[in-house]
Amino acid sequence: MKEIRLMKGNEAIAEAAIRCGVDAYFGYPITPQSEVMETLMDLRPWESTGMEVLQAESEVASINMVYGGAACGKKVMTSSSSPGISLMQEGLTYLAGAELPCLVVNVVRGGPGLGTIQPAQSDYFQAVKGGGHGDYKLIVLAPASVQEMADFVELAFDLAFKYRNPAMILSDGMIGQMMEKVELKAFKPRWTNDEIAQMHPWATTGKPKNRKRNIITSVELDPLKFEAFNIKLQAKYKAIEEAEVRYEKIMCDDAEYLFVAYGSSARICRKAVEILREKGIKAGLLRPITLFPFPSNQLKELQPQLKGILAVELSMGQMVEDVRLSVDSKLKVEHFGRAGGAIFSPEEVAEALEAKIIGG
Amino acid sequence: MSVDVKEIIRPENIVYKKSSALTDNPMHYCPGCTHGVVNRLLAEVIEELGIQEDTIGVTPVGCAVLLYNYIDIDWQEAAHGRAPALGTAIKRVRPDKYVFTYQGDGDLAAIGTAETIHTCNRGENIVMVFINNGIYGMTGGQMAPTTLEGMKTATCPYGRDPKRDGMPLKITEIVAGLPGASYVTRQAAHTANAVRKLKKALIKAFKNQEAGKGTSFIEVVATCNSGWKLTPVDANKWMEEHMFPYYPLGDIKDE
Ligand SMILES: Cc1ncc(C[n+]2csc(CCOP(=O)(O)OP(=O)(O)O)c2C)c(N)n1
Ligand code: SF4
Repeated sequence: MKEIRLMKGNEAIAEAAIRCGVDAYFGYPITPQSEVMETLMDLRPWESTGMEVLQAESEVASINMVYGGAACGKKVMTSSSSPGISLMQEGLTYLAGAELPCLVVNVVRGGPGLGTIQPAQSDYFQAVKGGGHGDYKLIVLAPASVQEMADFVELAFDLAFKYRNPAMILSDGMIGQMMEKVELKAFKPRWTNDEIAQMHPWATTGKPKNRKRNIITSVELDPLKFEAFNIKLQAKYKAIEEAEVRYEKIMCDDAEYLFVAYGSSARICRKAVEILREKGIKAGLLRPITLFPFPSNQLKELQPQLKGILAVELSMGQMVEDVRLSVDSKLKVEHFGRAGGAIFSPEEVAEALEAKIIGG
Repeated sequence: MSVDVKEIIRPENIVYKKSSALTDNPMHYCPGCTHGVVNRLLAEVIEELGIQEDTIGVTPVGCAVLLYNYIDIDWQEAAHGRAPALGTAIKRVRPDKYVFTYQGDGDLAAIGTAETIHTCNRGENIVMVFINNGIYGMTGGQMAPTTLEGMKTATCPYGRDPKRDGMPLKITEIVAGLPGASYVTRQAAHTANAVRKLKKALIKAFKNQEAGKGTSFIEVVATCNSGWKLTPVDANKWMEEHMFPYYPLGDIKDE
């Protein structure tokens, strides 16, 4: 039975987590995402579904708790915001190295440093290019609505378990804090321990006599074996790039000028497209939903009809690099962004396209 | 009277044998290192308690990084210092399993101090084994939080100076002050008698976990003969003379 509620993005994450059978949440408070844990603590899911919720002593501890639980084959998640996610980078590279599925939600705020508690998109590089040490990738989903905040929890876990890889929801303070109508899914039961042992034979569930011991680790001292492992990881990322690209095209069929924007920026660009269309300018928007894998081929396909692209993001220019890498260097690609918690208006974005792409 | 060796080596005369929970992998530790003895004891305890199928171990960074190769159970390898965080989560999502962590002094008392203290403070129902050899063995003998005053290491070549480096950290006493830790003991493994006592402590710790008593914390004052640049025998002597007075053996808390 479908249930419709008005809720904050952060609350939607918590509610969706309980409903899709998450086993544990480990986190540490930081604005603008603290409502995720606050909501969970308020809803007491350990009484209804058995989901465990624990406030850890730090983000370093939370992500390593995620590691411990994920290695048991459980659906485990955490959420934080930029400075906290920086602390989690150690755990994230270990999770990627041990090929463990999990969900990390980053409700981004402005940086660098302690920065601001206002929304930003300046953690793009950290999210999609690795972030921690070593050659690894996270699967990164970028919601643009409270509905997607809810929906992507389950999607992130599906992808994480399919590829045995950590997944991240890269949101921002605007979507985390805004209230919208959300359609909530029905409750799904958590996996039983027997189901986990069946479905995830790699998990540390206690070693029965009939199987070899399971060792969850990312250490391998033999360089050739570790190189082979790295090559295997890269093949996995390639498979993800081939099968899991998700995006939305708005007014792209006849577009001559294209915005590329994700998350809250995409919401603003959608309005900017309308403003430009009213003026007779054929503008469109490509909204990446997955940031890794990035919709590079979709951009490439649009290129012949385009006169220019404006990458719009709440940063000083990060995603724009992936846009440039996706298209021929002859096509004009410019960046428009604001930083430090400042946000652009649709008018400002429309003007930027006219000035930087059409006029420039 | 001449003794026929064959008369002695008979199944009914066996006092110690290899634990069935130990794998056949040769250990990588330096000869004379305490790690090997404690690894074997853990295997014996797991075998004797009959909990091999229900135990999940967490290994550290440091010389015991490959400990998972030696005991035939499921394992998770943690980042430097984070074993207690993994242990916390494992026990919480699988309360039906026995969970233990194994860490050196660099791991448990330096980089992982916060995880150690908060895990014990929450009283996570796990066993924590802490090997205190007063040095960073794996990385080539640098100073540890537990390095004794005046003791020379690669990063305090003129001896640990408390004015600069602080006094050696008695983290076990700190842990004992936390309400969540129910059993806190300091043991060693340098003599047959010490090994027997340590084994008893380990058994008690696992039984405490079964009884849901909270964190059991077992420090093992240990040698690192390579890092200390002593023969195994001299290392044991040095430990008795220098480590035991500062890190006295015995139960600190048993509730
Ligand atoms: C984040 C991080 N910092 C540093 C290291 C390097 N490192 C590996 S082992 C070790 C010290 C281990 O010492 P201890 O825990 O006392 O164990 P021992 O080797 O003496 O058994 C260090 C500093 C690391 N692996 N990871
Ligand atoms: S370096 Fe020290 S702690 Fe490490 S194996 Fe050798 S003796 Fe043991």
